[in-house]
Amino acid sequence: MYGNDFGPPEEAPGGGLLGEVEAAEAALREAAARQRRGAPASDDDLAGYFAEVIEADQKIEPRDWMPEKYRKTLIRQIAQHAHSEIIGMQPEGNWISRAPSLKRKAILLAKVQDEAGHGLYLYAAAETLGVSRDELVDLLLNGRQKYSSIFNYPTLTWADVGAIGWLVDGAAIVNQVPLCRCSYGPYARAMIRICKEESFHQRQGYEILHSLSHGTPAQKAMAQDAVNRWWYPSLAMFGPPDGESTHSAQSMAWKIKRFSNDELRQRFVDMCVQQAEVLGLTIPDPDLRWNEERQAYDFTQPDYDELMRVISGDGPCNRQRMAHRRRAHAEGAWVREAAAAYAAKRAAEKKEKVAA
Amino acid sequence: MNGPFEFTLRLGDDALIAAQRLAEWTTRAPEMEEDIALANIALDQLGAARLLLTYAGELEGAGRDEDALAFLRDDREFRNCLLVELPNGDFAVTMAKLLFLSAYQLPLYTALAGGADERLVAIGAKARKESAYHLDHASLWVRRLGDGTEESHRRMQAAVDEIWPYTAELFAPDPGAPVDPSTLRPEFERVVTEVLAEATLTRPESGWAPAGGRDGLHTEHLSYLLAEMQVLHRAHPGARW
Ligand SMILES: [Fe+2]
Ligand SMILES: [Fe+2]
Repeated sequence: MYGNDFGPPEEAPGGGLLGEVEAAEAALREAAARQRRGAPASDDDLAGYFAEVIEADQKIEPRDWMPEKYRKTLIRQIAQHAHSEIIGMQPEGNWISRAPSLKRKAILLAKVQDEAGHGLYLYAAAETLGVSRDELVDLLLNGRQKYSSIFNYPTLTWADVGAIGWLVDGAAIVNQVPLCRCSYGPYARAMIRICKEESFHQRQGYEILHSLSHGTPAQKAMAQDAVNRWWYPSLAMFGPPDGESTHSAQSMAWKIKRFSNDELRQRFVDMCVQQAEVLGLTIPDPDLRWNEERQAYDFTQPDYDELMRVISGDGPCNRQRMAHRRRAHAEGAWVREAAAAYAAKRAAEKKEKVAA
Repeated sequence: MNGPFEFTLRLGDDALIAAQRLAEWTTRAPEMEEDIALANIALDQLGAARLLLTYAGELEGAGRDEDALAFLRDDREFRNCLLVELPNGDFAVTMAKLLFLSAYQLPLYTALAGGADERLVAIGAKARKESAYHLDHASLWVRRLGDGTEESHRRMQAAVDEIWPYTAELFAPDPGAPVDPSTLRPEFERVVTEVLAEATLTRPESGWAPAGGRDGLHTEHLSYLLAEMQVLHRAHPGARW
């Protein structure tokens, strides 16, 4: 649907990952076709049955018994993911009105709209676990649930839109592709749909940077500046190093999570190096180099103290992002009330008609 | 005097400025579903604007493409109606604007689709389906707000009263144009009167009828809208994006 102004690079960015999404989708269909052991034999068998389904790479569905902690972990993870999609609309939404061509404006508007759609699928997936969207939105608004810290950085120039697409959507895909094989069915299915769209976003961001880095000197400088600012925050998106990550081990056992933070971060770096070369942009890490022994790139870790500060609320835009969301929610209250009142009136009329 | 270029430019500018205003709602809508719906409508308007401005540039024959027309004209050269450039206001004002705009664009695009100019036929055929959806969407909200709570009724009536005067300009006669806008008035009246009645709203009396957009005489609002829309494009003359 979106035009390409230039030939694709040898390997399209995200191409390999999209293949993995498709493989996960096929595996999901296959798993659905394989018969599960009908049902738990008795109430004593619930935990055994759950463990067996996980073991066999089958999916847990909303009607199935699940450990309370599994349910809670999933609700927290899916909700925070949904909140990230919704808050993540703000930094890029900041450039819709000023997009430098009508084509770029249309692509960006559609992208930000996709993110709202992702938020909705994810809230719906969370709702299958017995919590309502309204409750989750309240948890976001009163600060008791978080969203991805990356969205607490500002978009200062147009090139930031490109850098977010390339790096932030890129990191999101690397993080999320394994979730397409998550043990909880509704989440896995939502992730398949979302990952496909994220790969378009990454491609579009890459195209923006490509146009800039092959444009005027001022455009190229704008692109490099954006990559300089977004590189380390993007690396931090994978979370703290493995030794310090609190939720990981249990989530791995439940097949909610399938790779460690550091494994995913490495994968992302390896993917970006080659793409940066095609872009003609420099990754701002003087120690980035190929390690023949590890068959991977050595790189400088992001500043995890900074990550902790941003998570705890002291990033450049935390206050602004939350104030914006709260304002939109508060200013829309009278509209939502009107819609509810109107629906109630129509329902009452219908009832009257039926009674008559 | 008002040849096909001028006519096409007017339609393109209406759609472009409407898109720019609607897109301002992104991340601010009263519900998440509405954020998506408003972005959809903005995208439809932007899509129509791109087709119309591209065609206008071809009709003019001076080598201007959609971006040259959108980003490199000054305020006095824009030909959109005043209605689309008015600020979004609250959600009721936005829905009043959308109701009136779509009730005008739907018969307009429908007439274009049955016209003689092949390019405009194609654009009209595509855009009229989108306009039908915009009209449905706006009508639904005007009914909900008009017949919702006391507060929403008050806000919706105020919005209709505020925006109504700007509808007169839409139907100024232009007998030489591919579609004479004055011929669209009866259909507009029929649709709008019905929606307002269902919404328990009072149709305002016609009186003050501000105009001038078609001659490049705008409200004070347009200049700010253009300053924001054009700033980046103009900061890098000749750059490709
Ligand atoms: Fe997303
Ligand atoms: Fe995305």
